[in-house]
Amino acid sequence: MSGDAFLSEEPDIASHRRDEAALVCDFADAHKPLSPDAALVEASRCYFCFDAPCTAACPTGIDVPGFIRGIATGNLKGAALKILEENIFGGSCARVCPTEILCERACVRTAQEERPVAIGALQRRATDWLMARNLQPFTAAPASGRRIAVIGAGPAGLACAHRLARFGHRVEIFEARAKPGGLNEYGIAAYKLPDDFAEREIDFILGIGHIAIATEKALGRDLSLASLRRDYDAVFLALGQAGVNALGIEETPLAGVEDAVSFIARLRQSKDKGSLPIGRRVVVIGGGNTAIDAATQARLLGAEEVSIVYRRGPAQMSATGDEQAWAETHGVGIRHFAAPLRLLGAGGRVRGVVFQRTRLDANGAVVLDRGEFTLPADQVFKAVGQRFVLPETEGFPVVKGGRIVVDAKRRTTIAGVYAGGDCIAGLDLTVRAVEDGKIAAEAIHADLSEAKEHAHG
Amino acid sequence: MADLRVDFAGIKAPNPFWLASAPPTDKEYNVVRAFRAGWGGVVWKTLGEDPPIVNVSSRYGAVTYNGARVAGFSNIELITDRPLAVNLREIKAVKRDWPDRALVVSLMVPCEEESWRRILPLVEDTGADGIELNFGCPHGMSERGMGSAVGQVPDYVEMVTRWCKQHTRMPVIVKLTPNITDIRAPARAAKRGGADAVSLINTIQSIVAVDLDAMAPEPVVGGQGSHGGYCGPAVKPIALRMVAEIARDPETSGLPISGIGGISTWRDAAEFIALGAGSVQVCTAAMHHGFRIVDDMIAGLANWMDEKSHGVIEDFSGRAVRNFVNWEALDLNYKTVARIDQALCIKCGLCHIACEDTSHQAIAYEQSEAGRRFSVIDAECVGCNLCYHVCPVENCITMVEEVSGKPKLTWKHHPNNPMREAAE
Ligand SMILES: Cc1cc2nc3c(=O)[nH]c(=O)nc-3n(C[C@H](O)[C@H](O)[C@H](O)COP(=O)(O)OP(=O)(O)OC[C@H]3O[C@@H](n4cnc5c(N)ncnc54)[C@H](O)[C@@H]3O)c2cc1C
Ligand SMILES: Cc1cc2nc3c(=O)[nH]c(=O)nc-3n(C[C@H](O)[C@H](O)[C@H](O)COP(=O)(O)O)c2cc1C
Ligand code: SF4
Ligand code: SF4
Ligand code: SF4
Repeated sequence: MSGDAFLSEEPDIASHRRDEAALVCDFADAHKPLSPDAALVEASRCYFCFDAPCTAACPTGIDVPGFIRGIATGNLKGAALKILEENIFGGSCARVCPTEILCERACVRTAQEERPVAIGALQRRATDWLMARNLQPFTAAPASGRRIAVIGAGPAGLACAHRLARFGHRVEIFEARAKPGGLNEYGIAAYKLPDDFAEREIDFILGIGHIAIATEKALGRDLSLASLRRDYDAVFLALGQAGVNALGIEETPLAGVEDAVSFIARLRQSKDKGSLPIGRRVVVIGGGNTAIDAATQARLLGAEEVSIVYRRGPAQMSATGDEQAWAETHGVGIRHFAAPLRLLGAGGRVRGVVFQRTRLDANGAVVLDRGEFTLPADQVFKAVGQRFVLPETEGFPVVKGGRIVVDAKRRTTIAGVYAGGDCIAGLDLTVRAVEDGKIAAEAIHADLSEAKEHAHG
Repeated sequence: MADLRVDFAGIKAPNPFWLASAPPTDKEYNVVRAFRAGWGGVVWKTLGEDPPIVNVSSRYGAVTYNGARVAGFSNIELITDRPLAVNLREIKAVKRDWPDRALVVSLMVPCEEESWRRILPLVEDTGADGIELNFGCPHGMSERGMGSAVGQVPDYVEMVTRWCKQHTRMPVIVKLTPNITDIRAPARAAKRGGADAVSLINTIQSIVAVDLDAMAPEPVVGGQGSHGGYCGPAVKPIALRMVAEIARDPETSGLPISGIGGISTWRDAAEFIALGAGSVQVCTAAMHHGFRIVDDMIAGLANWMDEKSHGVIEDFSGRAVRNFVNWEALDLNYKTVARIDQALCIKCGLCHIACEDTSHQAIAYEQSEAGRRFSVIDAECVGCNLCYHVCPVENCITMVEEVSGKPKLTWKHHPNNPMREAAE
């Protein structure tokens, strides 16, 4: 970097850096679906393990060998049902789950030959098959007369609602945003859930009936927990993480500096991806999924130099090895061991970031004693983590460490109020959110049934 | 380097790998391609009397097992559908151009001496090395009193074989049908009739699959299906046993056997030869992969023979026959137990569930902090081998001998046998 010349240059932020055709192609499916033949060959690699380790490693406990056998025998409907029975978001999980740290890592073929059965791809084969036929395999039990409020229409909220509907309960979902889906709609990288898949999946889930969604209704702003508790038999909080962490340095507002999640949300929502302005040189600060997705998609939009800068090493990144490799093969540079010190601006617009080199001490703490360097940037995305935002409503359950406290059944500290997904502690993954929704629905149903028995007895 | 040449009932070939009488040997075009690829010999697709038969469409069915195609194969074709004169002319040309290869002509004509008397000189005139009598075709032809209809009646086998020996100087190979209870009966009959050799097995009567939309056996011909002849890798065990029965039968011992049935690799061939075959014939594997498979068959067999210091085929031909005994000759005091190599084990649990559900509850399953662990409970293991077969990891489970120190004890002398013979 020759001097500070870049500081006086105009920021280079432009739209339509790549031609339309290239964009359409690159924002389409990151991984092509398995052809029917390829799925058969892959299915035949599954050993049909006893007490299968892949199932144990799936947060929703999908009977993996069971559904793979269905694919192998041509019983695709049965295969899809096995998946959806445990995980109603089986279709999006097949696309977004980091299988390399879940089921596929546990697959015995990983131990045997470092090539697991492609469980995610097979799961997609089965669920796509069913969805393509517009089959609605689930029916709701006769109406129970119970009404349950679900706050947040992300994977956790919708999974809970679906299971409650199966029990015959009536569910009303309140969602702050204009569209349901949560991060499936606003967060997941466009090439993981391309086109209108998230929307179609929600239609499929709502197909069971008994579920109504009210959008642009936020707990705290439009609704109070007290009124919900009064009007409904139970409340499930599936609020996700509406806030983002700050860099922890002085941040004078500069144009061109943005939260990665907002950039991703804008990108997901725009039909014409090319119209999104993107910097020539982009710096992404952070080490998780969000950093990977923002950086990779910036490259796809045509950014010339994209760097992810993370303050620890590759092993500490919450993005998996596969995700890091994915970004790198898309031309993203990952610089480890550097923490932001200050943003450089000129004329109110960002021009670069000064970083401090770091190292980890014996306890794994970051030490800043290795000098500084500067990365010029036309655009900077902050991806140092999302955080749960406490809604402004009275009598909210106990929150600890920034997440709602729950027991094993996802009951909060307030009777009749349950919570799950990213707003409680645990792995921040779609599949975990689905499992929380499922467990909470079972608990709500059991608790309501018990209450009824007591009432009769 | 091992010498693969064979002299089978007086028919010489550069190697024991012959193509069986079937579509791969139906025409000069195919046979020349086969010889170019290196096959040691062919048995020409079965000739009959004119007018030629007519075939249906479609003709084949197959079993796909766990993604493996053509694990079993079935056909409803008949003998050659080309005029006799065309076949004879081509046979003559091929034999002239490929004098070092074995060229045997398969024949099926009505069960009348005159028919055989008529056709044999025509075949002899081609210069062919021998004839093979098709007594095995299980469909179509048998309903016309030929093929397995003859092969299932030992007296007919003997009679037709005798006619052929009378009317030709060529070596006569009798091809046997497996669609019979005791394979030794037609083999003995062939020998009595003067056969120079037998070959087996022909295909097994079968319905390979049912088309559940058409509600008809496969292959479906205009909404209906017929029983077919089953072959391919799935029939190898049946064929091996039949070959071995003939090889160890004192009445037919020494009679050359050409082994057929599910042979796809040099190892399959070696197994047939070890059980008494002097040459082998291949059909399905060639129809599945083309003639080029013979490359690996030749090289693989030669390399294995070198490794075992077998200079020529005769060095190991029939060597396993003496160890093929009846069950009551087996040693009841011999015992093995399963051993799991924990370093190789991938913890799939297949051994456990197999033994637990269907065998002897001899594989323990433990879960701990350290993970899953499967281990054999020696006291419960009967050494049945089930786990060894289901384990997907090569060499992970081995069956090790538990030396009992006791002398050999067979059922004949076992105390549990009410009809035991007193020990000598
Ligand atoms: C950029 C990014 C990429 C990701 N990629 C992956 C991936 O590839 N694979 C994977 O498994 N996971 C991924 N995740 C994580 C995954 O998306 C989440 O774990 C999952 O969506 C959590 O589901 P949820 O229902 O708990 O929360 P969300 O999906 O966040 O849904 C919460 C919903 O609640 C609404 N809401 C919030 N507050 C209120 C309120 N007060 N009133 C009413 N409604 C409210 C929100 O608008 C939202 O719709 C990613 C996350 C991000 C940010
Ligand atoms: C280990 C074993 C033992 C068998 N024992 C008997 C038996 O005692 N009596 C019997 O009629 N069939 C016996 N059979 C044959 C089976 O009943 C069945 O007919 C045969 O295995 C074919 O079916 P399958 O291959 O579809 O399993 C046995 C099969 C196996 C594998
Ligand atoms: S661990 Fe792998 S091989 Fe075993 S059941 Fe699961 S997917 Fe199949
Ligand atoms: S050899 Fe048979 S009895 Fe012994 S452990 Fe294996 S399956 Fe069980
Ligand atoms: S079948 Fe083989 S690999 Fe699987 S658990 Fe048993 S010993 Fe281990």
